[in-house]
Amino acid sequence: MSGHRNGPETTPPVFGEEMTGASSVVRSLEALGVEVVFGIPGGAILPLYDPLMDSRSVRHILVRHEQGAGHAAEGYASATGRVGVCMATSGPGATNLVTPIADAYMDSVPLLAITGQVPGAAIGTDAFQEADISGITMPITKHNYLVTDPADIAHTLAEAFHIARSGRPGPVLVDITKDALQSTTRFAMPDRLDLPGYRPVTRPHGKQVREAARLILESQRPVLYVGGGVIRARASEQLRRLTELTGAPVVTTLMARGALPDSHPNNLGMPGMHGTVAAVAALQRADLLVSLGARFDDRVTGKLSTFAPHASVVHADIDPAEISKNRTADVPIVGDAREVIDELVAVLETEAAQGRRPDLGGWWAWIDGVRATYPLGYTEPPDGEVSPQRVIQRIGQLAGPHALYVAGVGQHQMWASQFIRYEHPNTWINSGGLGTMGFAVPAAMGAKVGRPDRTVWAIDGDGCFQMTNQELATCVVNDIPIKVAVINNSSLGMVRQWQTLFYAERYSNTDLHTSAGGRRIPDFVKLAEAYGCVGLRCERPEDVDATIEKAMSINDVPVVVDFVVHRDAMVWPMVPAGVSNDDIQVARGMSPTWDRED
Amino acid sequence: MSKHTLSVLVENRPGVLTRVAALFARRGFNIHSLAVGPTEHPEVSRITVVVDVDELPLEQVTKQLNKLVNVLKIVELEPSASVQRELLLVKVKADLQTRSHVLETVQLFRAKVVDVAPDAVTIEITGTSDKLEAFLRVLEPFGIRELVQSGLVAVGRGSRSIADRALRSA
Repeated sequence: MSGHRNGPETTPPVFGEEMTGASSVVRSLEALGVEVVFGIPGGAILPLYDPLMDSRSVRHILVRHEQGAGHAAEGYASATGRVGVCMATSGPGATNLVTPIADAYMDSVPLLAITGQVPGAAIGTDAFQEADISGITMPITKHNYLVTDPADIAHTLAEAFHIARSGRPGPVLVDITKDALQSTTRFAMPDRLDLPGYRPVTRPHGKQVREAARLILESQRPVLYVGGGVIRARASEQLRRLTELTGAPVVTTLMARGALPDSHPNNLGMPGMHGTVAAVAALQRADLLVSLGARFDDRVTGKLSTFAPHASVVHADIDPAEISKNRTADVPIVGDAREVIDELVAVLETEAAQGRRPDLGGWWAWIDGVRATYPLGYTEPPDGEVSPQRVIQRIGQLAGPHALYVAGVGQHQMWASQFIRYEHPNTWINSGGLGTMGFAVPAAMGAKVGRPDRTVWAIDGDGCFQMTNQELATCVVNDIPIKVAVINNSSLGMVRQWQTLFYAERYSNTDLHTSAGGRRIPDFVKLAEAYGCVGLRCERPEDVDATIEKAMSINDVPVVVDFVVHRDAMVWPMVPAGVSNDDIQVARGMSPTWDRED
Repeated sequence: MSKHTLSVLVENRPGVLTRVAALFARRGFNIHSLAVGPTEHPEVSRITVVVDVDELPLEQVTKQLNKLVNVLKIVELEPSASVQRELLLVKVKADLQTRSHVLETVQLFRAKVVDVAPDAVTIEITGTSDKLEAFLRVLEPFGIRELVQSGLVAVGRGSRSIADRALRSA
């Protein structure tokens, strides 16, 4: 029942008042410190919504699609570091949460999803709005539960919350039957959690750390390869200290932008498929990779067999399964990024006090040469057309490094990662692993709810925007004034880019008719206004700054800006899929040359 | 590719076997055989799974299994350090002429006859996979009507239990 085992070490839980399972859910969320939940009610979960109405600490925000609830919870979690909570009813409500749950799983976002389920006796009978959501989400959750007894509700939610936020964060789903919500129980939050099979290791092994320090001191061409784990572990300060102590160059992956300020001289930018030449080149030439909270994803490594061919690897991660999964680690370190970096810094400080520091003069001379020769940039579009890269760059410059930037998926996402200067962690939020179009608007909404004092810009594409824009209604009704920049190239831009490069410009089904040829289907300004937002349009380069400033000046309602941009803008640099990072292209058919050791 | 025997202690709850099997499926690990049953602890079940993998992927298999919240402990049981057994029930054609030969084979392998029909006998045999394979090869010429084989179960040699310290609280 209440999850404690018999034995001298356990303390019995406190027995409280009698209440329905539904009230037990609300009380549990309150006890867990949950401040906001995004959701939509329905038949199976209806009993929960009654006591929810009276909660003084849990605010429920009614969204317009359950997918929006899930992404909003993700945006909230990514902006604040807290667990995002979403809820939906059984059947289609639950299945609409599948995409955001899978998204959270891929990007290690702490998420708690609560779904209603048909009454226990009806399970397995193909009842109305029945779906085996536990079965469906098994491969995309850290863990999930089916609760049929109201007495299990409190400790299950406590366990679920703990699992979501500890170790490698991730989504946990709790499916509760309708009769469990309706029956009565005695509310009791457990004093201790009984999870004998779940023991994340956060403290690194001293010997491994010392070995890593030794490799760092001996290396001549090290690179700190920093991933999203450093953001989830809140280890930015530690990272900065490590960077300064080692003097090593740093690359920040798509999920780690802002972990080290872009203004820091050691930051080479983003590695990978659309990374900077300096970052990609440094990794290819490195003799030591210190991987912190990163997972050697294929978008970073390109063809694995040719990735960082000269490098030994120190791989520090909280998930032991990631270590040596794609690339064998010479020094594996299981631990929380913050603790690992702290310990590493301690060892290196001792060495530094005795005069031992890496000597990286030659390495930096080479890197600086590459950086200077191949800076990030973009081609100016034809006269009179708006450059999408410039729009995004100007938004970043005018809104500043304290604003939060949330992107959709595609070309605009890559430009947002490249051309906005991130100075702080948790200011860049996007769907990296799953790459979910439609992420931006609801996630921006969730981020704004978590950080109401900050400006939140959703940088979205015209394709993505059409997938989840109904949450603008939620924003207006609930006073969540996000700003949305629709980078409107009238196309599914990234797919179109691949068709340009690899399919002889045969544009199969990538035309969206949202601006090209004068057709606006839909007219984003009218759509914004229909939702009660302010809608702006910018079609000329000379209007870009003024439009952004206008959007920045409106803070009582959401603002949607339709930036009509040059259609054939391309994302560069590029390492095509399955290709070696050595073959990075800076423009069509153009690869940089640098002295490669053969 | 080589076979490795993993003994996995899991919480005795509904759906745990599904979780383990689904993990193997989606990660592309090949299950050669699987047996599951209770242990000396009522809250703990034991899954014995034989996987067909090389050394490095085996490490991945184990690490991925450990991520499952219901998995308590995983031990690889090397053939040299464990006792491994499978059970086989096989129905063999055996008429008046061949019956005595079949029964001779049964004797040689220390198997048992558990059912007799006019033209067939059903044999029960336990042993290592190798022994069972050898038995089947010898029986083949007589004509095998039907065969049912259990998964492999294994236990480490010596006095230690796999469950030592697996169930202590943190």
